[in-house]
Amino acid sequence: MKMLKVIFKNALRHKLRAFLTIVGIAIAVVAFGVLRTVVTAWNAGVESSAANRLVTRQAISFIFPLPYAYREQVLKVQGVETVTWANWFGGTYIDKNQFFARMAIDPETFFEVYPEFKLTKQELENFKKEQNSCVLGRDIATKYNLKIGDIMNIDGDIYPGNWEFVVRGIYTPRDKNTDLTQMLFHWKYIDERLRKEMPGRAGEVGWYVTKIKNPNQSSAISEEIDNLFKNSRAETKTETERAFQQGFVTASGAIIGAMNFMSFVIIGIIMLVLGNTMIMSARERTQEYAVLKTLGFSGGHLIAFIGGESMVIAIIGGIVGLSLTFPLVNGIGMVIPKGFFPVFNIETSTLILAGISALLVGVAASIFPIFKALHTSIVDGLQHIG
Amino acid sequence: MTPLVQVKNVVKIYKRDKLEIPVLQNISLDVPEGEFLALMGPSGSGKTTLLNLVSGIDQPTSGSIIVAGTDIAKLNESALAKWRSRNIGFVFQFYNLMPVLTAYDNVELPLLLTNLSKKEKKERVEMVLKVVGLADRMDHYPKQLSGGQQQRVAIARAVVSDPTLIIGDEPTGDLDRKSAEEILILLERLNQEFKKTIIMVTHDPHAAERARIIHHLEKGEFK
Ligand SMILES: Nc1ncnc2c1ncn2[C@@H]1O[C@H](COP(=O)(O)OP(=O)(O)OP(=O)(O)O)[C@@H](O)[C@H]1O
Ligand SMILES: [Mg+2]
Repeated sequence: MKMLKVIFKNALRHKLRAFLTIVGIAIAVVAFGVLRTVVTAWNAGVESSAANRLVTRQAISFIFPLPYAYREQVLKVQGVETVTWANWFGGTYIDKNQFFARMAIDPETFFEVYPEFKLTKQELENFKKEQNSCVLGRDIATKYNLKIGDIMNIDGDIYPGNWEFVVRGIYTPRDKNTDLTQMLFHWKYIDERLRKEMPGRAGEVGWYVTKIKNPNQSSAISEEIDNLFKNSRAETKTETERAFQQGFVTASGAIIGAMNFMSFVIIGIIMLVLGNTMIMSARERTQEYAVLKTLGFSGGHLIAFIGGESMVIAIIGGIVGLSLTFPLVNGIGMVIPKGFFPVFNIETSTLILAGISALLVGVAASIFPIFKALHTSIVDGLQHIG
Repeated sequence: MTPLVQVKNVVKIYKRDKLEIPVLQNISLDVPEGEFLALMGPSGSGKTTLLNLVSGIDQPTSGSIIVAGTDIAKLNESALAKWRSRNIGFVFQFYNLMPVLTAYDNVELPLLLTNLSKKEKKERVEMVLKVVGLADRMDHYPKQLSGGQQQRVAIARAVVSDPTLIIGDEPTGDLDRKSAEEILILLERLNQEFKKTIIMVTHDPHAAERARIIHHLEKGEFK
């Protein structure tokens, strides 16, 4: 017989109570895991943006366009390596529920600025050659079972009319959090058609993305770009992509903030659940601890007995909770529209955080009972009526 | 030969808030090795208090208690814990077994503090369970045993680490006459056959007769 056996037997002494406590901890761990996953998925959009990319948009709002002519001027700014641009296309593919980003881009420069979107050399060449072609993120291709050569019909809203694209490339991720849910096609293709049908809207650019040589110069360069267009018809606002994304994110940031906060409140709740169980158990066992001391067990042994018992429950609850978190997050990932979050995975950091929290809770919940057991004299403990 | 237990001028005063309760007043007592001593006296006379002092689970206000050459009044808490595990076998009135452990595991408990091998532990536990007549019940949990049987398991637990001194605080106090008789026979055997020194508190004159010597305590003093 080992100490461990005593610890296990004590932990499971009251079957129902142990079961309820474990279920309570498991539920809290699941809730924590899911909330953290939502928060990290949300932040992934921000984190994936590179520090060496500046986004230039119309100063009033990014829904207003900028003139194509700005490109030449931005390129001349000292420290700028490449300039690319994009327009939000919107539109409907199949039906309104099929949500993913559709953007008109410049094939010549886009992949230089976004090296995390990986195409084979051949695919890139084919894409550049054919003006009505498009490339898709791997997840979108998989979801709609689209292959090279397939035709996609998009019903335009911002850009009215029927648009036909042929798939010429499927891009793969360079990084774990690369967004694999975008559809990219030629800005020129859109622009040339606008030139014929709605000449007033031709030559419009949604936003420029500038790759700079040195990320440390980002604010100086941003200022210089914005100064170029001061007092013009369309003033600009330039910021790092990270800041741009963050602005995007803060719109719903309050909810995310609340979720983040809740995820930590939950840890507090687990602590109370387990703490309550441990205090009840320890009180009932005041006499037993006194007997153990009489037999010669030291303070260290009592710490091991009580702390161990608390840890056993916390660890079982943590394991049950974590193993339920995976299927649940996968289920949620399947239900939320593809493309809503670039990535929706349980981060290792979430697992570690949940694991560590469960362990810390195990330790914290046993502090008071341990203190009590150590500071009750044997004589008082033996006289205690459980 | 020096006595195994020497209690010298021991005073014990309990302090509760500002109130001082004098329990033992300048008590002295010698117990030679191999003795079987019964301690009697009215309720509240200080019997349990004296046992607690001799077994090192409580400290005297003044005086010295020397057991097998060690003045235990001078030991600190952790040294005292170690000392108890080697020298004292305690039998409580209400058995105080661990309910989640089998009879076997309960008896083995004190051996967790020794570095005996697995095999030696097993031999010892089985041996003492045989001595108390429960070899066939060692896989039973306390609640599956009668009071008398539980007390025999407790006695097995008290002797398994081969202590210098066995202390019993009303070990038959909660038992019917027949079970009490069995416990007393067992203690007598431990004393005579295994040469164990025993100090036992009892209210029962019948039980006290089993001892070789009876001391009477009244209001914290021997009569
Ligand atoms: N922990 C304590 N704190 C304060 N007073 C105590 C404590 N333990 C015992 N006393 C007091 O000490 C006196 C002697 O108690 P003790 O338990 O030694 O008596 P006893 O002879 O064992 O009595 P009984 O036969 O009822 O068991 C009593 O007056 C009791 O109230
Ligand atoms: Mg008493």
